[in-house]
Amino acid sequence: MTRHTLSVLVEDVPGVLTRVASLFARRAFNINSLAVGPTEIPGMSRMTVVVEAEGDLLEQVTKQLNKLINVIKIVELTSEQSVQRDHILVKVRADAATRLQVTQAADLFRASVVDVSTDSLIIEATGTPEKLSALLSVLEPFGVREIVQSGTLAISRGAKSMSDRALRSA
Amino acid sequence: MSKGSPISPALMAARPAAPAAPGRDTAHPVQVSAVRGPNNVVPPTEMLGSSAIVRSLEELGVDDIFGLPGGAILPTYDPLMASTKLRHILVRHEQGAGHAAQGYAMVTGRPGVCIATSGPGATNLVTAIADAHMDSVPLVAITGQVASAVIGSDAFQEADIVGITMPITKHSYLVTNANDIPRVLAEAFHIASTGRPGPVLVDIAKDAQQGKMTFSWPPKIDIPGYRTVVRGHSKQVREAARLIAGSTRPVFYVGGGVIKAHAAAELKELAELVGAPVVTTLMARGVFPDSHPQHVGMPGMHGSVSAVTALQQSDLLITLGARFDDRVTGVLSSFAPGAKVIHADIDPAEISKNRTADVPIVGSVKEIIPELITAVREQYDGGAAPDISAWWNTINRLRETYPIGFTQPDDGLSAPQQVIKRIGELTGPEGVYVAGVGQHQMWAAQFIQYERPHAWLNSGGLGTMGYSVPAAMGAKVGNPDRVVWAIDGDGCFQMTNQELATCVINNIPIKVAVINNSSLGMVRQWQTLFYEGRYSNTDLNTGHDTVRVPDFVKLADAYGCAGLRCERDEDIDATIQQALAINDRPVVVDFVVSRDSMVWPMVPSGVSNDLIQIARNMTPVWEQED
Repeated sequence: MTRHTLSVLVEDVPGVLTRVASLFARRAFNINSLAVGPTEIPGMSRMTVVVEAEGDLLEQVTKQLNKLINVIKIVELTSEQSVQRDHILVKVRADAATRLQVTQAADLFRASVVDVSTDSLIIEATGTPEKLSALLSVLEPFGVREIVQSGTLAISRGAKSMSDRALRSA
Repeated sequence: MSKGSPISPALMAARPAAPAAPGRDTAHPVQVSAVRGPNNVVPPTEMLGSSAIVRSLEELGVDDIFGLPGGAILPTYDPLMASTKLRHILVRHEQGAGHAAQGYAMVTGRPGVCIATSGPGATNLVTAIADAHMDSVPLVAITGQVASAVIGSDAFQEADIVGITMPITKHSYLVTNANDIPRVLAEAFHIASTGRPGPVLVDIAKDAQQGKMTFSWPPKIDIPGYRTVVRGHSKQVREAARLIAGSTRPVFYVGGGVIKAHAAAELKELAELVGAPVVTTLMARGVFPDSHPQHVGMPGMHGSVSAVTALQQSDLLITLGARFDDRVTGVLSSFAPGAKVIHADIDPAEISKNRTADVPIVGSVKEIIPELITAVREQYDGGAAPDISAWWNTINRLRETYPIGFTQPDDGLSAPQQVIKRIGELTGPEGVYVAGVGQHQMWAAQFIQYERPHAWLNSGGLGTMGYSVPAAMGAKVGNPDRVVWAIDGDGCFQMTNQELATCVINNIPIKVAVINNSSLGMVRQWQTLFYEGRYSNTDLNTGHDTVRVPDFVKLADAYGCAGLRCERDEDIDATIQQALAINDRPVVVDFVVSRDSMVWPMVPSGVSNDLIQIARNMTPVWEQED
């Protein structure tokens, strides 16, 4: 199974997230992550869906998604031709003795400390899934208390805009 | 019974697209408006949401709707009463409304409309919606919803019907603002009836029905995510023609999409040009005449030996509007192993879903088939059409050696196949035949001769027992001048026969043939074959030598229908004639038949189609290929 990142431009109407998510469930496609938010165009949202699928199955996923009336357009973004980022917040155990080591580790990953208490820190980091998993393994020995992570966001490199083309062809 | 008219393929063909200019690279079919109906212009007019629903349906050209009122849809039933253009047929159960709308759509080609209240009214539509989804039937289901202020509070008769039906609709809407009603209904009809047809649900909150709004027509519809490719890709069409010209064992694998596209005439022209055998699936029966010499039968689990084998031994499947359903393919990996596949379908997701297509063509078969005809002619002009006489020899030998047939039962009772066969012969190809699900459905597919599309209705994909009576009712409303037979089983009939009341009260004189073998026959057949004859819960006690609960003749009488019973072979013809002569009310005929008759041929579940059995443990004798 290989990972594929799909950018899905959808109408921002009630239920659209349910339609997309339940389609994955009922067609037995696995979602690794899903992120959704508004776009530069009012009334349109964009979902970034990371799926584990082989070629034929991926084609079915795309075709079935395209059948949803609220889905405007789907593109697959490869890692070479796109910028892909995850966002993570990690609560790490850190007291006076270890705080410096933890902040240094965060610095190495260009992560920032966004909250400090007497025995913990919250570290915010952005990056590829690989980078974030490396960060987590460095933080692990100090004691990771809590993790919250976004789905992958992805955007194609270069000047072209996904929504421009979608609206022209619509 | 004055509305509607018998379907004419020529008329239907003219409906969706303007005819293309001959001899030129034709433009895309021009759709004047995506809004259905006569396209009247209505200047802005103040009215209530409920009136807007009725008015929108009128403007969309709707004649007949099937439904049952309740609290959340009550506001709409008030202006509905005053409408002179809409005929509302009050059903006895909402499932009946749904199937009736399906039957109506299947014979007319126009979207069927059903209407129900919130909660249980809406959930009672679910089976029909799922059925329409599986069989690509254009259906618009309108449901009342509790007032928008209380949605989500578990209000009385509240059900999230949009959520419940999301996986089984082509699309759905929840309307909470009265001003959205005309646009949403116009979009719903457009989506339901274009592309691959399907069910669309419109759930309308009670306060939207009661709210004031400004009605104008036509509404502006805007569905940026909905585009349907109609014409085939010319390169793919040429490639398909090249494969056809090079094939020595081609077969047309024709599915229900050709009926939905009203492309029977185009199919006939292409089939005769290529000269290849044609198989018509359960959903496509009639789209190519059974009497045509190139027709070799129905493929699949209960298909004819010639049709199943034609597909298995083919070197090229010319697949038109079919979807490689598991009931056709058997074990997929062993299906038609030597065949290349041309797959034309309007739904891109069907292509290579089950069987990988060598030449995929996305588009309407109504457009693609004429394109193929031109391309195949060009191929032939460059050289002779291939000689496929050896292929025909093989198929003809199978067709002659293993025709669809049946044996007389040992118990002295009538053969169900004989009853169904005679119904078809005495009624003729202009009749409409609507089956339930089970053995009688397969026999009706096998033993009635279908000569035209829209004559055969059944629940193919979902396999809904109880489809027959309400769907036949809807078909009779859509085709009032045709004889409409519900070919039903004693199990199916007991699921939805309450709609006989609807038929009697509304003067919808359908004819119901209950093929009464006193059991859930198809399940019983499997128990005979695969469960050592242990008949767990399949005995219905309705037939010969039982307590007859219910007595179908008395039941017919109670409903005000004519009730007949036929228990002997020598009475079959006279009983059918008697039923055909009664046209002032519905007729129910209790055909008491043997319970031991089985549907043959059969490809047992989970094995290759090569292991087709013509009778129990009897496989055809395969001969060497020429």
